[in-house]
Amino acid sequence: MSIIQVKNLKKTFGTNEVLQGIDLTIAKSEVVVIMGPSGSGKSTLLRCLNFLEEPTEGTIRIGEFQVDAGGNKNRKRKKEIRELRKITGFVFQSFNLFPHKTAIENVMEGPIIIHGTKVEEARILAKALLTKVGLGDRCDYYPAQLSGGQQQRVAIARSLALNPMVMLYDEPTSALDPELVKEVLQVIKDLAREGMTMIIVTHEMNFAKDVADRVIFMDKGVIVEQGTSEEIFLNPKEDRTRQFLSIVE
Amino acid sequence: MDVTIIIDSLPSLLKATLMTILLAAISIVIALIIGFFTAIVRILKVKILNGIATTYVSIIRGTPLLVQIFVIYYGLPQIGISLDPISSGVVALSLNAGAYLSESFRASILAVDNGQMEASLSMGMTYSQALRRIILPQSLRIAIPTLSNTFIVLIKDTSLVSVITVTELLQMSSLIIAKTFEPLTIYLLAAAIYWVLITFFTTILDKLEVRSSKYLVR
Ligand SMILES: Nc1ncnc2c1ncn2[C@@H]1O[C@H](COP(=O)(O)OP(=O)(O)OP(=O)(O)O)[C@@H](O)[C@H]1O
Ligand SMILES: [Mg+2]
Repeated sequence: MSIIQVKNLKKTFGTNEVLQGIDLTIAKSEVVVIMGPSGSGKSTLLRCLNFLEEPTEGTIRIGEFQVDAGGNKNRKRKKEIRELRKITGFVFQSFNLFPHKTAIENVMEGPIIIHGTKVEEARILAKALLTKVGLGDRCDYYPAQLSGGQQQRVAIARSLALNPMVMLYDEPTSALDPELVKEVLQVIKDLAREGMTMIIVTHEMNFAKDVADRVIFMDKGVIVEQGTSEEIFLNPKEDRTRQFLSIVE
Repeated sequence: MDVTIIIDSLPSLLKATLMTILLAAISIVIALIIGFFTAIVRILKVKILNGIATTYVSIIRGTPLLVQIFVIYYGLPQIGISLDPISSGVVALSLNAGAYLSESFRASILAVDNGQMEASLSMGMTYSQALRRIILPQSLRIAIPTLSNTFIVLIKDTSLVSVITVTELLQMSSLIIAKTFEPLTIYLLAAAIYWVLITFFTTILDKLEVRSSKYLVR
């Protein structure tokens, strides 16, 4: 069974229909890269998946939690949205680490608050995750004392601490200096190898070629075409895809 | 200037200073509570309460504290609410500082980057968990300079309740002057006590600010 299923997802800001009925099914361990020009709705799509943006229409299922659009703010629906978020890691372009907490405290926060893990257990888990992303020696640094690449790796560890079924990344390396991009992409590649299900919005073509099982090209709120990275990068069927690729490359 | 006058009046003045500190301390605690909830109500735009909160802040900020004190002490008895001078003073000072504090709380909560709330929610936190664990600790740091300012103004404003016969520092000074006819000495003495008091609290609050900002240091 698929892990993520999106049906007829629409999102309108005022009169601007940013997502015009997206259908998307993602299998376990699948790595999907989403590309597309600025303003095509990539971020909005990811944010809707996590209900950081309330969809206007459609249905989203992640794991066993299915939530319909509609904005009904009752308790039961809020709880379902929270459950859905708990199994979905979200990595932001701007990291959004908690600046008043050290790296290890950032990673411990989720297990303690969300899972009710004991502090000492959470610390052991966090230490292991920071070590995994190559920051075992930076546990007690505050975000302001870390480089962008290090901050983003802490952010990934923070998401992993909740043991998510799915990871969503919105341009995880776009805010980074070029020399720091690689260390973050490497962490994501390692996760792909371990079988993590991931949706990654990125402009990094070589990375997409390496890790993507599927590349989705979006424009103006619709999925224009999708396929393996070879199909999309070497043999695009649609004009819009071709145009976009010629600009990016 | 007579040194014996200073020595003779100092005990009474210091005792009255305790009243000043008491007024300020009780009022700041109540004001913090009022200010916090007013800010939350306004940020969450809670139905009905939001309107009340906004009106409250507007009225307090738009009228002199002295008038507020008069309304509470002399005015309210007319509709059956009689408070003794000290209670009237505390109510007036708390309501007054509460309105100003709510504004600084509100501004400091809104000043925290929206990404902080999003990151918290995306982990599955409830809104109030995010507020408590992530947003408020950061906004408190932002608020500390204005908080200390409000507190210092509050200490000074306690002198206004002397007009409703609360024997705090200023009122006591006037009482002593009525007996000694030494206004310059006694008022300067009172001023010195206010100055020491305020400098003391300023120093503490500055230390607090430095400590709470340690995570911003690279
Ligand atoms: N909160 C919002 N309010 C109004 N319009 C919005 C909002 N968020 C996004 N939009 C609009 O929705 C459209 C899609 O935005 P989105 O951020 O999803 O694009 P994107 O594909 O992620 O672009 P980029 O590559 O620049 O990040 C844009 O036209 C944008 O102006
Ligand atoms: Mg975007």
